[in-house]
Amino acid sequence: MARSRYRRTTLLRELALIVVAAVFSLPFYLLIAIALETTEQTYRAPLSFPLSPHWSNFSQAWNTGGQAALPRSLESSLIITISSVAALIALGSLCAYAIARRRGRLSDLVYILFVLGIILPVQLAIIPLFVVMLHLGLVGNYAGMILLNVGLLMPLTVFLYTGFIRTLPRDYEEAARVDGAGILRTYSRVVMPLLRPITGTVAVVVGFIVWNQFFEALIFLEGSRYQTLPVSLYSFAGDYVARWNLILAGVAIAIAPILAFYLFAQHQLIRGFSAGLKG
Amino acid sequence: MQVPWLLALPGLLALLCFHFLPAGFGGYYAFTSWNGLGNATWVGLKNFRAIANDPIARGALWHTLELAGCFVVLVNLIGLALAFGLNRTVKTRHLLRSVFFAPVAVSPLAIGFIWQWIFDNQGALNRALGDVGLKSLERSWLGDPSTALWTILVVLVWQYSGLAMVLYLAGLQGISDEIYEATLVDGASGWLRLRKVMLPLLAPAVTVSATITLVIGLRVFDQILALTGGGPVAASETLATQVYKQTFYLGRYGYGAALALILAALIAAVAIGQLTLLRMHEQRL
Repeated sequence: MARSRYRRTTLLRELALIVVAAVFSLPFYLLIAIALETTEQTYRAPLSFPLSPHWSNFSQAWNTGGQAALPRSLESSLIITISSVAALIALGSLCAYAIARRRGRLSDLVYILFVLGIILPVQLAIIPLFVVMLHLGLVGNYAGMILLNVGLLMPLTVFLYTGFIRTLPRDYEEAARVDGAGILRTYSRVVMPLLRPITGTVAVVVGFIVWNQFFEALIFLEGSRYQTLPVSLYSFAGDYVARWNLILAGVAIAIAPILAFYLFAQHQLIRGFSAGLKG
Repeated sequence: MQVPWLLALPGLLALLCFHFLPAGFGGYYAFTSWNGLGNATWVGLKNFRAIANDPIARGALWHTLELAGCFVVLVNLIGLALAFGLNRTVKTRHLLRSVFFAPVAVSPLAIGFIWQWIFDNQGALNRALGDVGLKSLERSWLGDPSTALWTILVVLVWQYSGLAMVLYLAGLQGISDEIYEATLVDGASGWLRLRKVMLPLLAPAVTVSATITLVIGLRVFDQILALTGGGPVAASETLATQVYKQTFYLGRYGYGAALALILAALIAAVAIGQLTLLRMHEQRL
């Protein structure tokens, strides 16, 4: 049978979907439009795009001080995200390697425990975690936040890696072991390079989650000088009540990096979310 | 040569120390009175009785169920429709998929602030209604207890329709061209074939997508803090916002843990339901 052809109904469907997508994108249009208006314009004619863009909203938002300072929280977000992702990749892939290569009931059980770890809601665990980590001096600083992220996102990381490693043939690593290479050497020289596709997916998915995370960061970092972007954005919106052009300029600054990254990494992100289907 | 379990140790420690142990302690604290300092005193079911007698907590539970239920139905219907629309043949499908998926990548809090302005008294929605002569429909969307919760539903559906779409697209890839063509060609019987042929084949994707979106709906927090803060008069409080406020604002750690335990039980029920459904499906094949 012929493959799907482009018919007149397909054209109609295409046009309809383009219209839907345009309407769907309106919030992004409004974000940019309002962020470039003067306060007066936002109350007079907010929906029309400002013909003389008021760029100073962005510099004012960027230079806001205090708890809501965006440059400092951008730095915090970068440090916390990159460190958490690096540690998760290193420790999570090793753990998944052991789970995927051991066969038998114990390995199945450990795998199921990690899947349960993904499902367990963080709200229950975070209460004792907060109290213990507060006592250990791990609240309100980088070390605590990175440790928390590594702990919380380990199940998802292990789950994604295990599914991939199970599909890899064992021939290369067994050849390396026969040649006398130790387990860690085999892992770093032979296995890790084969994991590159899934490492990309894990880095992107986990990176997006950590970058956008609000609940945990609010509890662990609010009021400290290490607030991540979402936490600072929350203070920021509180500072500028009803001054929508400034609030949305701040929002635009906060989401610009992730949207730019999305353009490059969307396929990894989609692949990561679809991985649940095969698991 | 076996791969030693030792390699799994850091990951296992993380699982134990950040998931099972604290969840276990959290479950224990749900039956105690505790201010986060000193010793917790066992009080049995007192926290749960207090929840049953507190209109705000009862409302939060009810709102959570309402929101999650409506969200799952809407987001999956829209996601499925988008996936069918963008599966094949449409030339701009890759671009359009990126557009619909983009909100998934953005901070839910930031998304919440954009929509807060849209729903504001002076915001986009009321302006647009006024511009097309529907001034009578204008209202204070976020300030009115009868609409506040539904603004959050709109934002959730907008943010996650692209996620459901992607999950269904992955499911559709497993269906061969022949079946797909057959469902499209015979105009009259198309709907029937869709129901009898496509949906059974899509069942695993439906189960996975329904579970993921249901868990997202039950856990909703960021969007509420951005849009309404739980108000007005607690009309949009959910379990997650109440856990946060009771525990970390008011220092009622035992009471907050009890709310979190209810949330955990809801999510566990969903997960067990999904596993059972998937098993049943696999056995039928």
